[in-house]
Amino acid sequence: MVSDYAWLIPALPALAAAIIAAFGKRMARKGAEVGIAAVALALLLALAIAVEVFSANVATVAELEAAHESEEHAAGQGVQVAMAGDRAAALAAADGEAIEIPEGLEAFVHERGVTLAQFQGDEGFEAGIRIDGLVAMMFLLVTFVSLMVQIYSTGYMHGDARYTYFFALLSVFTASMLLLVIANNLMLTLVGWELVGVCSYLLIGFWWEEKVNSDAAIKAFLTTKLGDVGLIVGVVTLWGMFRTFNITEIITMVGEGVQAGEAALNQGMLTFALLALFLGAVGKSAQFPLHTWLPDAMAGPTPVSALIHAATMVTAGVFLIARLYPLFQASPTAMTVIAVIGAITLFGAGLLALVQDDVKRVLAYSTISQLGYMVAALAFSYTAGIFHLFTHGFFKALLFLGSGSLIHGVHSNNMSDMGGLRKPMPVTFWTFLIGSLALAAIPPLAGFWSKDEILAGALSAGGATGTLVLVLGALGGLVTAFYMTRAMFLIFAGEYRGHGHPHESPASMRWPLVALAVPAALIGFVNLPFDFAHASGFSAWTMFSLEYFESHAAQFVVPLALAASAAAVIGIGLGWRLYRTSPSLDEDPMLRMGAFTRTLQNKYYLDELYHHGVVRPIRDGIAQGAYWLNDNVIDRIVYLAGAGATSVGRFTYDYADQRGIDAGVNGLAGGANAFGRDVLRKMQSGNIQRYAGAMFVGVIVLAIAFAVA
Amino acid sequence: MLAVYPLTFAALLFSVGAYGVLARRNAVLVLMSIELMLASVTVNLVVFGHLAAERGDAALTGQVFALFVIAIGAAEVGVGLAIILLLFRNRASINIDDADLMKY
Amino acid sequence: MTGVDVAMLIVVVFGGASALLVVSARNVVHAALYLVVALLAVAVTFLLAGAEFLAWTQVLVYVGAVIVLILFGLMLTRAPIGPVAKETDVGRFLPVAVSVALFAMLMTGIWISFDGVRLAVDAPTTTAALGDVLYIEWAFPFMALGFFLTVSLIGAIIIARREEGEGPAPQLDTEVAPGRPVPAPTDASASPGVTAPAQEVVR
Repeated sequence: MVSDYAWLIPALPALAAAIIAAFGKRMARKGAEVGIAAVALALLLALAIAVEVFSANVATVAELEAAHESEEHAAGQGVQVAMAGDRAAALAAADGEAIEIPEGLEAFVHERGVTLAQFQGDEGFEAGIRIDGLVAMMFLLVTFVSLMVQIYSTGYMHGDARYTYFFALLSVFTASMLLLVIANNLMLTLVGWELVGVCSYLLIGFWWEEKVNSDAAIKAFLTTKLGDVGLIVGVVTLWGMFRTFNITEIITMVGEGVQAGEAALNQGMLTFALLALFLGAVGKSAQFPLHTWLPDAMAGPTPVSALIHAATMVTAGVFLIARLYPLFQASPTAMTVIAVIGAITLFGAGLLALVQDDVKRVLAYSTISQLGYMVAALAFSYTAGIFHLFTHGFFKALLFLGSGSLIHGVHSNNMSDMGGLRKPMPVTFWTFLIGSLALAAIPPLAGFWSKDEILAGALSAGGATGTLVLVLGALGGLVTAFYMTRAMFLIFAGEYRGHGHPHESPASMRWPLVALAVPAALIGFVNLPFDFAHASGFSAWTMFSLEYFESHAAQFVVPLALAASAAAVIGIGLGWRLYRTSPSLDEDPMLRMGAFTRTLQNKYYLDELYHHGVVRPIRDGIAQGAYWLNDNVIDRIVYLAGAGATSVGRFTYDYADQRGIDAGVNGLAGGANAFGRDVLRKMQSGNIQRYAGAMFVGVIVLAIAFAVA
Repeated sequence: MLAVYPLTFAALLFSVGAYGVLARRNAVLVLMSIELMLASVTVNLVVFGHLAAERGDAALTGQVFALFVIAIGAAEVGVGLAIILLLFRNRASINIDDADLMKY
Repeated sequence: MTGVDVAMLIVVVFGGASALLVVSARNVVHAALYLVVALLAVAVTFLLAGAEFLAWTQVLVYVGAVIVLILFGLMLTRAPIGPVAKETDVGRFLPVAVSVALFAMLMTGIWISFDGVRLAVDAPTTTAALGDVLYIEWAFPFMALGFFLTVSLIGAIIIARREEGEGPAPQLDTEVAPGRPVPAPTDASASPGVTAPAQEVVR
């Protein structure tokens, strides 16, 4: 089957990266053609796999529904056009009954692997792939957005000195992200995780000649690295519990409620592991409090922001939680933490977007906020979270590429240098508008469906966390609509405030905008909650477990949807009211709200807190102390050892060798020499009579010797 | 006669000749001392020849041997003197102490 | 104590004394003459031992030829005719010690082995008997001896021959007794001491 070839999907961009690195400079289009071709092929392959996986899952669901024609389950399926209370009742009614799944029916999972190293029984390292609905969906998202970004980059990065290097890095990044997605064991996921981190560092600091950019790259890397510590701790703890890295095995064991070698699951340790894993997600997906790196990462080129910091890398954390969803389901504590953090993030970041002047920063904070939505959604509903991930990838990438087009046309990032750009840049205007509306969750655009699913999930879950997410989520929707409207008006309405000549972007940049605008508008329809769509929709496509799918139907609460849309409309209205005239920086209402503005402009003083609370003590305190320790203690020990050895050597040389052995040897030689020179030599006197005398003496001695013997 | 007498005579001649060889400076005198030693050897040979003949050895062997020694001693004197002459011609001295080129 | 014994004793005394004088004489020519006496003593010993032929051969060869040879050698090497002042060199002790030790060793051997042994000389050995033995039993060594003598004669000639272009024999630089004039460096034919007036003898 096609999934057998799924390993090609990460392999193709990796190969492209190698070819671009080796031969890119000599090619006609400086390596861009290789990168685009590779990711286009990967996209085609991803489409093929998606067709296979999704159709298999849909067929499974159809079989299941055919098997359950009985009325007991009728309430659990189909249209859930009911109030929250009814839903709870319906669930309670079906509570006592286990949902029966016929033998042999299960969600599509395809796994292949090779063992790299084996030790002690079944434990070992393997490299393998696991294809299921979630993976297929991620493939589509990553390859499509990467393709759009690469095509866009041929225009945006045109003439850059390191053009080829840029494309090589984009391919490396794409390959790494796909590796992260396709991995069937946590070790391989970790490898992909770290690789995307490195690529992010390299790409953010692409124009490293300016210190701002390299500083931003380091900040991103180190902040996510802090999260990675948690990730590693979590992975190792899971291994300790289940003695395997393989995701399928871990999920199976958790599903049975067992642990390696024991009958029951250690709940506390599982929660600890999950919280540690979540720390990794907090770092990578820019959740509060590790979100500070994402706005500064806008120092990188705009295509980088679109690819990495909108659609792919930052969603890795969300993906991880979705991947290990059965584990999170087993730990209500972890779910609570996730919900709270997500809620704080979505609202806090949304507020920060209100006072930004740099259009990319507006979008950056918007991304953080939407990531908060996804994370909070996962606390209640698997489908809600990843559906929002899916839709957000498209319209946020669209918005970023649009901002890149604006920056290209105006040569400035700041909205205060823009204004009245609707006429000179129509394509940019319309696509940006579509993206903004999608982000603001205006029906029938994509964002509406996904955000609404989140709110509905929070509503039905209830409890403290559910209410928190619901309230903040709804208010967040209002804030989102408001700041996007502010941005739209500041950029496209009124008079041009800048000093350049704004012009529309070249075709290579326009076409990706249009191509992304289509899914931004329409992709929401794949997960309509209505009956005819339910069984063949997104939630069926991406299901990881048939039981979960059966027990968690898509939700659509009409009053809630109306309320959320109303909030969005109010936000747009407010924005229209305040920014209709596209005021300049001095007259911007949001920037004249005293303490409120100041707090937001200083990003809740978090950067200062981190700098003085963490960076300064470590860099100036602990690091200096460690350096002193290293220099004066450890190095001194080494030096003393060396000096000691040297002095022992010298002593041995001087005394033992020179005075002792050499003196002995020299003395022996000297003695022999003296003996020969002063004694033996004199025997050769040349005097014959002396010789004769010696002979006579010898004869006498011999005679005596013979006589005696 | 008692055998001791000629044997003692021979021993005396030999020792004196040895002293002469070791002590005399003139090369010719050294040669004369060597002749003394040879003479003592011939005496010894004759006496022992007699003694041996009494004990069953071939008769007159000692005397024949002594004859040979005398002849060879004469030849040796001739050659030795020739050498000394040559030494004298080259070195202008027959002092043996002066012939020490083989010295260290 | 037979007459032979007495004669032998006298011979020992005289011969030993003359031998001692040979090695201690100041005058080299005197030493040669003393040697004659010693060799004659040896010849008498032969006679007393019954070896007549041998005794006369001894006289003929040694006293007749060898001494003459030695005297010629002394003359040719410009040996000082008078007494020499500084006779032997340093360290007379060692030669004395060695010769005394030698004598002691020999006497020890002789006394241990031959004390009381009588030499029975019934009749003197006839020359005919000697000739018999010499020419029959010892014929080959005898021929070899002749050959050997020829070779040594030739060798001596070759060694002592004066080469072409060689100058006259050089002068002696041996120290002569004080008072005697150093021989003037004249031609080879001049013999030292002929022109010198009589001098006192310094011993």
